[in-house]
Amino acid sequence: MDTLPVASGVAAEPLTPAQLRELYSLMVAVRHLDTSAIAWQRQGIIPGYAPELGQEAAQVGSGYAVDTTRDFVFPTYREMGVARTMGVDMVAYMSTHKATWHGGLYDPVESRLAPIQAVVAGSVLHAVGWAHGQTLSGTPDGKLGVAMTYFGDGASSQGDVHEALNFAAVMKAPVVFFVQNNGWAISVPTERQVAGGSVAARAAGYGMPALQIDGDDVVAVVEATRRAFAHARAGNGPVLIEAMTYRRGPHSTSDDPGRYRSLDEERDGAGLDPLERFRQRLVADGIADEAFFAEALAAAKAEEEQIRNGIQALGSRPGTEMFDLVFQETTPALQAQAANWREESEHV
Amino acid sequence: MSNSILEGAAAAGPAAAATTVMSMQQALNRALDEVLAENPKAVIFGEDCGRLGGVFRITDGLQAKHGEQRVFDTPLAESGILGMSVGLAMAGFHPIPEVQFDGFAYPAINQIVCQIARMNYRSRGTMPMPITLRVPSFGGIRAPEHHGESLEALFAHVPGLKVVSPSNPHEAYHLLKYAATRPDPVIFMEPKSRYWQKGDVDLAHCDADGGTPTGAKVMREGRHLTLVAWGAMVARCLQVAELAAEDGIDVEVLDLRWLKPIDAEALAASVRKTRRAVVVHEAPLTSGLGAEVAQLITQSCFDTLKAPVERVTGFDVPYPSGDLEDEYIPNIDRILFGIQRVLEYKRG
Repeated sequence: MDTLPVASGVAAEPLTPAQLRELYSLMVAVRHLDTSAIAWQRQGIIPGYAPELGQEAAQVGSGYAVDTTRDFVFPTYREMGVARTMGVDMVAYMSTHKATWHGGLYDPVESRLAPIQAVVAGSVLHAVGWAHGQTLSGTPDGKLGVAMTYFGDGASSQGDVHEALNFAAVMKAPVVFFVQNNGWAISVPTERQVAGGSVAARAAGYGMPALQIDGDDVVAVVEATRRAFAHARAGNGPVLIEAMTYRRGPHSTSDDPGRYRSLDEERDGAGLDPLERFRQRLVADGIADEAFFAEALAAAKAEEEQIRNGIQALGSRPGTEMFDLVFQETTPALQAQAANWREESEHV
Repeated sequence: MSNSILEGAAAAGPAAAATTVMSMQQALNRALDEVLAENPKAVIFGEDCGRLGGVFRITDGLQAKHGEQRVFDTPLAESGILGMSVGLAMAGFHPIPEVQFDGFAYPAINQIVCQIARMNYRSRGTMPMPITLRVPSFGGIRAPEHHGESLEALFAHVPGLKVVSPSNPHEAYHLLKYAATRPDPVIFMEPKSRYWQKGDVDLAHCDADGGTPTGAKVMREGRHLTLVAWGAMVARCLQVAELAAEDGIDVEVLDLRWLKPIDAEALAASVRKTRRAVVVHEAPLTSGLGAEVAQLITQSCFDTLKAPVERVTGFDVPYPSGDLEDEYIPNIDRILFGIQRVLEYKRG
């Protein structure tokens, strides 16, 4: 499905061999960090994690289209691949899974990535507000900063998603709604969330163009996202992209998919691994060879080790931050509570 | 618009000396007009705020004067309005959204509590939420269901929010101007039954001491007992004080103004002098803000209190229909009975 007018997108340059190799390297780095994070949890390094196994193409491909000098991205709690692709400090990002700080320790303003959002569909409206702010700022069409917001097939049931799609369409806000339809909302399959099976089909009702794409094809994801950004940047309003993918792992490290789907169902639903698929394509097109793949994996391993060391070295935040970061202008009651806490907890 | 309240009162030009007579409606309108003029990043939006000027006409004339980029109508969805405010704040704006009536804040509670109140904290102070949420509040106008709610205790309980309510046109002008320049989220509860009451407004000075309007304010000095109130109940308490004076009872009336943070020092100073207190509010009794006020007074004045702090409040019932409204809202007789109970209290 593709209702995005062709003319509104740029005649995008095809991805160069170097860019294709870069995409592969990013996908390997994300895959390796993601699977390692599960191991970290089993080893007690972090208390929990929400893996994105199988969504590397959707996340790396969409994140690759972001212009971090002017765009802004609103993630959920499962966009590690997007964060990595955007160049976010990954120790600071993964700190949220170490229970160091809700939202992560990275600077969202610098990173162009809003704090990690734990409310399902919580930040979709924020993207609309930020995007409308670009319009209100008087940025000329063609140069508009674009907000990209992520959500899933489960979140598409939330009322805030409806309000966000409607607001964005009515206000012609430069937003890209990037839906990763990964088949599952914890234990509930898409058919129990979305009658008809397509979130993208709903876009027509909002007067908004949409694309339903193969979310496991990283090249297709980059191209679709670039087209959507060009459309929004030109002042034509929002676009919805539904990337069809599959959550190959559990919802989180606390989840047990064996209780709601069989291994056979999992294999059938998941299809070919997006990373393997891309590897085969690069080989077939003569863009990369075994030496390159080995190098990419080695780099991913080195990177993971560095991040793991950073996470293990990361101490707790001082308790004073509980009080100091509530307001810009604190209150007497909060100061009094902080003083009591200091006295009774630190015996100062 | 010849009947614009903006022209009626706010077009008085540069703040003249002495005072101007205005309704609270006009005072709020003037404050917003000035905020828009002084801060190019301030934006006003909500349901019917633009062309209509709001159902209470508080934003009357502002769109015509400041333009549709500064004052605009949104689709009819409160969560959308508040969620959008978060994104606008992230984009550097100072949103001044309106929720048309108190009860309409309920559909937006998720965005208010989980997002607006926490974003400064979640982002570690890098994404402040300078959002001034105007909520026409409380009862007294024979309105339909969900148009007469008192939500102060609910908002005050949420970490990360501040709550304020003006009691007269002078307070309305200054408290709104102050609230709308703060870097933190402020819930601004407008007592809708007082919108049309006129009063003297000294545009140049809020408080006699010339300081910022951050705390409570003594509206009438007295020696025998302190009535603590906010919003529309302040005027009623002042009436009660006049009646009590006929019986030789000298009542002090303290307008709390800020419901979070509560000015504990002002409560202590007043009750240390009078040694008796009655707190009056429209909201239901149980877990109402009166309990917080009573505890603060007990904490600071336990040794000198002549009687337990009394509460005269609405009842633990859904806000009633217009015919029963006067039975629900604390009236003069019920407040006088409360005073009598405190004065007649005998220890042991």
